[in-house]
Amino acid sequence: MEHVPTPSSTVGPFLHLGLTEKHSLTEVAPPAVEGRHIVLRCRILDADGAPVNDAMIEIWQADAQGRYRHPDDPRVNECDPRFLGFGRAATDEEGCCEFRTIMPGVVPAPNGTSQAPHISLAIYSRGILLQLYTRIYFAGDPANEQDPVLVLVPKERRSTLMAVADSSHAGRWLFDIRMRGENETVFFDV
Amino acid sequence: MVDRNLKQDPQVPIYRRYLPGTQPTRIYDPYKSTSLRNPAQPLIYMPHTRSEITGPVYGHSEITETDSDLTRQHSGEPLGERIIVSGRVLDEGGRPVPNTLIEIWQANSAGRYRHGCDQHPAPLDPNFSGAGRTLTAHDGTYRFVTIKPGAYPWFNHHNAWRPAHIHFSVFGRAFLSRLITQMYFPGDPLFDYDPIFQSVPDERARQRMISSFDLTTTEPQWAVGYRFDIVLRGPEATPFEP
Repeated sequence: MEHVPTPSSTVGPFLHLGLTEKHSLTEVAPPAVEGRHIVLRCRILDADGAPVNDAMIEIWQADAQGRYRHPDDPRVNECDPRFLGFGRAATDEEGCCEFRTIMPGVVPAPNGTSQAPHISLAIYSRGILLQLYTRIYFAGDPANEQDPVLVLVPKERRSTLMAVADSSHAGRWLFDIRMRGENETVFFDV
Repeated sequence: MVDRNLKQDPQVPIYRRYLPGTQPTRIYDPYKSTSLRNPAQPLIYMPHTRSEITGPVYGHSEITETDSDLTRQHSGEPLGERIIVSGRVLDEGGRPVPNTLIEIWQANSAGRYRHGCDQHPAPLDPNFSGAGRTLTAHDGTYRFVTIKPGAYPWFNHHNAWRPAHIHFSVFGRAFLSRLITQMYFPGDPLFDYDPIFQSVPDERARQRMISSFDLTTTEPQWAVGYRFDIVLRGPEATPFEP
């Protein structure tokens, strides 16, 4: 028998009721987890540059050693059980949400290569019928030059995937997502 | 755009790409806000890495008994038609997806959401919150008891009405198997006029969002059963070339 994935649909404007009102998760890494603790502030802007205040962001990341808390990661048994690697939050009136997490480590890739530290991110909102996938990298990390996914992105657009260090808050990183138009964020077909 | 500079990692399971027409068209003009909230440039094709084929095992510690029975979350019973919604979560290989979180949310029987932004002048029900969650069993099955939601108007176009639906959020095994969808009820006359339902091009694929009446799960003198099976992206048994 053929099993074809069920079609996705929009979360609509009332997603909070089922997903984030009681079950948002902004502490991705509790303070005791090993690693460089950071605050990740994401902001979403629409085609008019207006903040998207009714979206949900989900993030998924490896720990400081590049391990995922998942049975398909060969090093899963070495993971700290306090670190899930997952976060989700609704955006506020400014189109923003914040996660307290750790800087992810380098993730192994085929043939002895590796992926630069990155966080996977998916966006859900009214007007989005199928979640939009992108990745957050960290501006200034020398590993970005060799990252096997970043090389697929035209050079002039790679900056849209870079979180930048917030000069006014030590340890905070800012990631802007422009859904459409000028400096449109790169989204991936996953 | 297919760029194969990054080869499939032989150490990660292979997930198939969506078949054409089986998922909604991202920018679908009849659904107005899609053109403001989706990129103008094509998505960049990314071979799957360890980052996409892993995903969170989330929500397991927080489930209570009344979470899956939306008619028992308050002191009184909600108004409306009591229903049982059950089914199985499978992957593309037909394998059950056990122990995965399902979250639902919905309008009440009058078509009103308990949400500050819902402006529909229909009554709220003090005995109905409209949100639930459960984990699938070892064989991928799940079951909710709830109230059949009402249709409700929205502002997309003149005289726009959404067919009655329940929002479903399912995690599955990987970040790329994550699915948020809407479950509809059979025979709804609003299907033909709803751009959200119509945004899925393939007729057979659209049918996969519609539950079916199920006499075997209907409980005598109690509640009508609807069956809704969900298929998530899942690893291929054999290697697949995109």
